[in-house]
Amino acid sequence: MVEYNRRMLLKGNEAAVYGALLAGCDCFFGYPITPASEVAHAAAELFPRLNRTFIQAESEIAAINMVIGAAAAGRRAMTGSSGLGISLKQEGVSYLAAYEMPALIIDITRGGPGLGNIGPEQADYFQLVKGGGHGSYHCLVFTPNSVQEMCDLTVLAMHKAEEYRMPAYVMADGVIGQMMESVLLPEPVTYTYDPEWKMGRYVNGEANIITSIYMEYADLEALNQRLQAKYREIEAKEQRAEEYLLDDAEIVIAAYGICSRVAKGAISLLRAAGIRAGLIRPQMVYPFPSASFEKALNSGRVKAFVSLEMSAGQMIEDVKLATQCRVPVYLYNRMGGNVPSCSEVSEAVGRIWKEMEK
Amino acid sequence: MSKVKFGRSPVFFDTFERRPGPIKKNMHYCPGCGHGILHKLIAEAIDHYGIKENTYFIAPVGCAVFAYYYFNCGSISVPHGRAPAVGTGAGRAEPEKFVISYQGDGDLAAIGFNEFIQAANRGERMSVFFVNNSNYGMTGGQMAPTTLPGQKTMTSPYGRNVKTDGYPMPVCEIVNSLKAPIYVERVALTTPARIAAARRAVFKAVENLKDRKGFSLVEVLSPCPVNLKMNAAAVNDFIENKMTEYFPIGKFRDLEVPAGELPPPVIREPEAVREVLFPKKTEGVGVDSAFRNTSEIFRNELRVRVSGFGGQGILSLGLMLANMGRLRNFNVSWMPSYGPEQRGGAASCAVIFSHEAIPSPMVERDCDLLIAMTQTALDKFRHQLKSDGILIYDRSAMERPQMEPGQLVVGVDALAIANEKVGNSKCANSVVIGVLAKVLGERYLNAADREDFDRVFHEAVTENFSDKPKVIPANLLAYEEGKKVVEEL
Repeated sequence: MVEYNRRMLLKGNEAAVYGALLAGCDCFFGYPITPASEVAHAAAELFPRLNRTFIQAESEIAAINMVIGAAAAGRRAMTGSSGLGISLKQEGVSYLAAYEMPALIIDITRGGPGLGNIGPEQADYFQLVKGGGHGSYHCLVFTPNSVQEMCDLTVLAMHKAEEYRMPAYVMADGVIGQMMESVLLPEPVTYTYDPEWKMGRYVNGEANIITSIYMEYADLEALNQRLQAKYREIEAKEQRAEEYLLDDAEIVIAAYGICSRVAKGAISLLRAAGIRAGLIRPQMVYPFPSASFEKALNSGRVKAFVSLEMSAGQMIEDVKLATQCRVPVYLYNRMGGNVPSCSEVSEAVGRIWKEMEK
Repeated sequence: MSKVKFGRSPVFFDTFERRPGPIKKNMHYCPGCGHGILHKLIAEAIDHYGIKENTYFIAPVGCAVFAYYYFNCGSISVPHGRAPAVGTGAGRAEPEKFVISYQGDGDLAAIGFNEFIQAANRGERMSVFFVNNSNYGMTGGQMAPTTLPGQKTMTSPYGRNVKTDGYPMPVCEIVNSLKAPIYVERVALTTPARIAAARRAVFKAVENLKDRKGFSLVEVLSPCPVNLKMNAAAVNDFIENKMTEYFPIGKFRDLEVPAGELPPPVIREPEAVREVLFPKKTEGVGVDSAFRNTSEIFRNELRVRVSGFGGQGILSLGLMLANMGRLRNFNVSWMPSYGPEQRGGAASCAVIFSHEAIPSPMVERDCDLLIAMTQTALDKFRHQLKSDGILIYDRSAMERPQMEPGQLVVGVDALAIANEKVGNSKCANSVVIGVLAKVLGERYLNAADREDFDRVFHEAVTENFSDKPKVIPANLLAYEEGKKVVEEL
């Protein structure tokens, strides 16, 4: 019996690929882009060693369409990119949502808009959470904040994408993608995947087809109603968040990805200064963990929320929706690739607290 | 007994129930359209070669988007122009299947030309049927890449102007300039003789598919009388006399290639997956999960910045330190500067060690240890060093810097030592870690941790070079040489 060492020091980008392979992913199609390139590097190295498919696609558009092909064939498939590359994939993602087919997409977010830069930002929130492409659809959006979670949430994203037959994103900023941490790899999945809806399976002599075109208005409305019912079910069942020091918190930071780790450092400083701060860390931003905010509000102690983001105020809209603005919701953000420091955030939240006490 | 020679292909449905509305027997194509003829030829070929159950028919956006009304085989209707990419994904995922990509001239030669030409260039195992009718049919007769010079369409109402719109796109000729495709032919659906030739080409392309040979293209000059506002005779005349001027009919390529083979099956069996993905345990490496280094210095987070020039091994030096921490049950984070600046320019990484969870992996201040291998790196990061922090700098790159009084400053010419004492320039990082061992050992580590530092370096080197054990002794020697540099502090 060979003894294996399941603990490795990996980059977030690499950990996602390990997670996908251990979750049974057969195919990777991608196009290099900083800061997501190690996703493709690791896939190029590891997929062929398991006789699985790796293709460096000619474009992001081709990559997502190759994912469509492999998913339609009934295989687990993934792609990975960053900001502007994800923008290019959006047409394909809309099709995946309409086909009701699973797919895994890793988004290592960078600075925008436009070419922006390769620094870490979180400004893909709107395009991932609010649809991105055309039509009324959602994707599952997982938001890891460590390299371990890059692996674990990728595994979960793969399973949930299959369970709900829809695309799932793992969205991490450039810091989480680029940093290395120790990871305990999960065991490989043992079950086989062979969806009954796959293209070319014959049922009563008729081959399955996969299409997103519904010429009859009633048929397309019915599809939309079915999708929306699925989304309501997901919103009820799949919310996922870490609640940190909420028991006595009077001001609560909302942050995901690297910002949530900075927030924890800031909360130590705030508490040392006598300000009872807590954190709600969404591990998924679709569905948004509204229940955690509801719970915090219902305590009666929370006097304000602060959305901490590396974007111009994107997640804050969901914080406001989740809290119905029953208490003030503030924004503290950095952009352009700047990661806020713990002391900077603690000072900012401290200022907000003082303002409120006046 | 009469024999039906050209009956309905069993690849077609008997009635087209998938077609909405009352008409279930006829196709949705306009009168005189070539799609119906081509559909029949393809259906006949699929049946002839017995691949119906294993065919993926990729339908485009355009008039043929509804091909799945008719073909009873695995089908998908895909985003505009992307059929060859979808076919690539499906064909690679399921190598036992046969991929047909059916595309029009907007789909293939305009919006999807890249997906098409790249699939052709990869020699993807698929056959593409390209319907060229010189205009966009489904959207109502607009200009296509294949529209002829002077031809009037809804979006070229004054006729295609070659000075502004260019010339008709010679798809077969372009594909024929590539190495990978095995079969390229242009046919027309005009006269019975032409249709018979088209049938032979379609059969050849499907035969190639069945034999897993590679990429085949059949371009089909096809009538579109409704959008061209012509009757049947006029549209045939248009194809035969006008289109063929730009799109000559004929076989461009028909390579003799052996039948292809299936790739090896995907490895899914858990033990086999483990063997590929999980590193094997290196003997004598690591400690019990309860182990903790007990020196005072490890009570708090330890923050390290390694900086220098790309190519100096800056990132791997940081990584070696991070691995040493991992082997002693520290939470470690390693964060590189990434992107263009890492290529030929500055390189740096931040490494944090802690027995607690590490909040942010970024090191912007309160740095405990700065390793600076260039003057630029020192200038950039010296302000981050704590007032009682340690600086290790490259003596060959700079004068001894004036630092704050509480800061400990040690210079080392690691490259020279690695070259002169070890005979291997690649061991310079181990020299630096040797210096660090000595500095930490003398100032900050208790006796147990001093010994453990040597052990964990040994373990990290053994693990790191488990696939080239020959370099392990050289690195251990370099480490010892590094320790000698620091005579007194």
